[in-house]
Amino acid sequence: MNEVSVLIGGKAGDGINSAGALVAQLLNHSGYRIYLYFDYPSLIRGGHNYAVVRGSETAVGTCRQTADFILALDQETMEQHRDAMKDGTAVIFNQDTVKAAGQGVPVREILAGEHAPEIMGNSAIIGGFAKAAGIPWATAEAVLSAHIPKKTGQNIEVARRAYDLLSTVRPLAPGNNPPVPLLTGNEAVGIGLVRGGLEAYVSYPMTPSSSLLHFLAEEQENLGITVVHPENEIAVILMALGFAGAGKRAAVGTSGGGFCLMTEGLSLAGMAELPIVLLVSQRTGPSTGLPTYTGQADLFFVLHAGQGEFPRFIVAPATPEEALYWSAAAMNIAWEFQVPAFILTDKTLSEGTCSTDMSRVPDIPQSSIPVWDGNGTYRRYSDSPSGISPMAFFGTGGAVVKVNSYAHDEAGITTEEAGLVERMAHKRMRKEDHLRQAMDRYTQVAVYGNPAAPAALLCWGSTDGVCREVAGQLGLRVVRPVILSPFPETSLKKALEGVQAIIAVEENATAQLAALALQHGIACQEKILRYDGRPFTPEILAERIREVLP
Amino acid sequence: MTPRQLITDAKNTWCPGCGNFTIQHTLKNVLADLERDGTSLDNVVLVSGIGCHAKIADYLNINSFYALHGRTIPVATGIRLANPDLTVICCCGDGDCYAEGLDHLLFAAKRNIDLTVIVHNNRVYGLTTGQYTPTSPLGFKGKSTPLGTLENPLNPVELMLAAGATYVARGYTKKMDQLRTLFKEGISHRGFAFIDVLQICATFFPAADYYTPRVYDLNGHDPSQFGDACVKAREWDYTTDAPIALGTFYRKQSPVFDAHTKGPGPGTAGRDKAVRELLERRS
Repeated sequence: MNEVSVLIGGKAGDGINSAGALVAQLLNHSGYRIYLYFDYPSLIRGGHNYAVVRGSETAVGTCRQTADFILALDQETMEQHRDAMKDGTAVIFNQDTVKAAGQGVPVREILAGEHAPEIMGNSAIIGGFAKAAGIPWATAEAVLSAHIPKKTGQNIEVARRAYDLLSTVRPLAPGNNPPVPLLTGNEAVGIGLVRGGLEAYVSYPMTPSSSLLHFLAEEQENLGITVVHPENEIAVILMALGFAGAGKRAAVGTSGGGFCLMTEGLSLAGMAELPIVLLVSQRTGPSTGLPTYTGQADLFFVLHAGQGEFPRFIVAPATPEEALYWSAAAMNIAWEFQVPAFILTDKTLSEGTCSTDMSRVPDIPQSSIPVWDGNGTYRRYSDSPSGISPMAFFGTGGAVVKVNSYAHDEAGITTEEAGLVERMAHKRMRKEDHLRQAMDRYTQVAVYGNPAAPAALLCWGSTDGVCREVAGQLGLRVVRPVILSPFPETSLKKALEGVQAIIAVEENATAQLAALALQHGIACQEKILRYDGRPFTPEILAERIREVLP
Repeated sequence: MTPRQLITDAKNTWCPGCGNFTIQHTLKNVLADLERDGTSLDNVVLVSGIGCHAKIADYLNINSFYALHGRTIPVATGIRLANPDLTVICCCGDGDCYAEGLDHLLFAAKRNIDLTVIVHNNRVYGLTTGQYTPTSPLGFKGKSTPLGTLENPLNPVELMLAAGATYVARGYTKKMDQLRTLFKEGISHRGFAFIDVLQICATFFPAADYYTPRVYDLNGHDPSQFGDACVKAREWDYTTDAPIALGTFYRKQSPVFDAHTKGPGPGTAGRDKAVRELLERRS
């Protein structure tokens, strides 16, 4: 199979993320499917940043440890990524600042020749890479002109000079895939939410969720949505619930620490039966932890957050394509059942970039949103067999809408009467039964690999990509619950039929999915865990699976 | 059209003599006035916090969001941004919005979001049976401070002027006519309106004997003058003995905080087109 990995590294502030995005687009337009991982410390300037872009003929969801190309903007890239070197790795470097074996690019000289500012140095490196990889100039020019928004012509001239100076050392075999959109997980969530009818996004910046705030804020006028950045996460969720009370579809986004502040609002959503979608993008915890690194340690937190008992929907998409589909679905589910709906991602998915083939993103199933018919006296919490009350909103003519955080009667008036309190609790919990039944409309558990394999990897969220790749090499089955609440016990048991050894693969220290599965009578024999903030690589995971395979 | 019955059937559980009755009655009259002047009460929303004050959400027969302790303002902000046709009134307590939710109060003033905030300032926690609040006088002996507080109160009027509120007033539950005027002014003010209401707590802080001889009306004060408003606001610091001004301290017209939503007003087709164009840019 044709594939190529490109590592590009430099100092924080060198524009590694955008340089990586350009490399990704070059490969996208050379017929490859893309996976991009961006690694950066929590600082503005001076640390080491790198991006790994992997192109492959078929979709991939993880990066390899070795690179075919290393693009070095600083010496540290050469020092830190010795492990990425293999026989035949082509190194392209800024010869003004880096000593290495390979092809040096005379960046300073090129920039002087074009009277170009220092910031355009990356275009020289990209041009050099295009030549080294044998990408036709016409492709490179088209990609640069489409994806460099400012001073496009000058950037292209800079790239052209480097292109002309270097030689082709590792020609890429042209792939057969037409170019498709490259989206980060967070962008995919944003587009999915919009497809699900999003009208307002409310968020306080917190890595790795912030890029969704930036993306929707940038696009708000194009998309016709309201984007608000309030004083803190407490205000975030309550504002969103205010939007919901007035009939507008709202979502919020945060990471663990911000979500801590949202829990009283979450419980309010549960009691007041207000629909809301929450993106919780996990990073390494506890507490401030590693702000810019990944983790899967917040499953139990999201599952149990908020005082009291109320139904909630949790989905953990694995790829931007899934994030796109499920974010739209989550919005509809929140509104159909008047419950909080979570999209649980992590840094790897939220900030990783992936080819997103819209033909692989199905339309979401139809759902009916129960709306008041205008007859009689409106009661916000009127009881029904499903527990779902028809909605009217503040401003609906003829309705007095009383939303309440206290235990309340059907009209929304506070009550402490025992029988009534219990009846209303039953009403809310009945929604969970109906929510569980409605999950039959969806693929709740994803299954890949060898269906007859006696060993299965059990994973969730972004570790899907690495698990699938390794399972392919080792002939294993991969079983991944996509929905985590209501827990898809039946589907999961079916997917694991015939499996003798379940190996949990998770990026946390306590194997939270394995513990959750055990509550449903599914026991994992082995647990492979990583919790240093870095995603598994196929090499590391394969080695650790071999150690435990029977 | 028959005027709306403005009081619900919910059983009222405020103590006899509670200042909340005055606030509720005044608000009810103001709502009736609004309805008579042609405002549909379907477009009015009351947001309350948690505390004795907040029961007003159960008692008034209008749209309401009985929210969380300290969280009236963010809920109200969301409602207002979602639908600018709505008139949104927050009834908050002093513990509620000067302690638990102070950040929201400051930001609402800073933003000049078009809300009316009425603070039922009884200067004590009632529902939790008598602890000091941010506006209790220095030395206040409550259940959590039996030896007397060691901290000065906040002066909310001064605080709101500093934070940028564009309508700042103070009322008193023993001055119902004035209170009605202030509520009306606050609701009709386009921007953030703040009204601190000195409210009697009959059980835990029956301060009428203190307030009544000290209060006076801000006659002759020009509420367009920020400096004068500040001087008047500082006259009584909520703890030292001084005359207590009632009325409108400050009023100013400023741009209000609104959603920027423009967009194609797309409908499904417009939205899908916008998404398609976005995806093309990412290809």
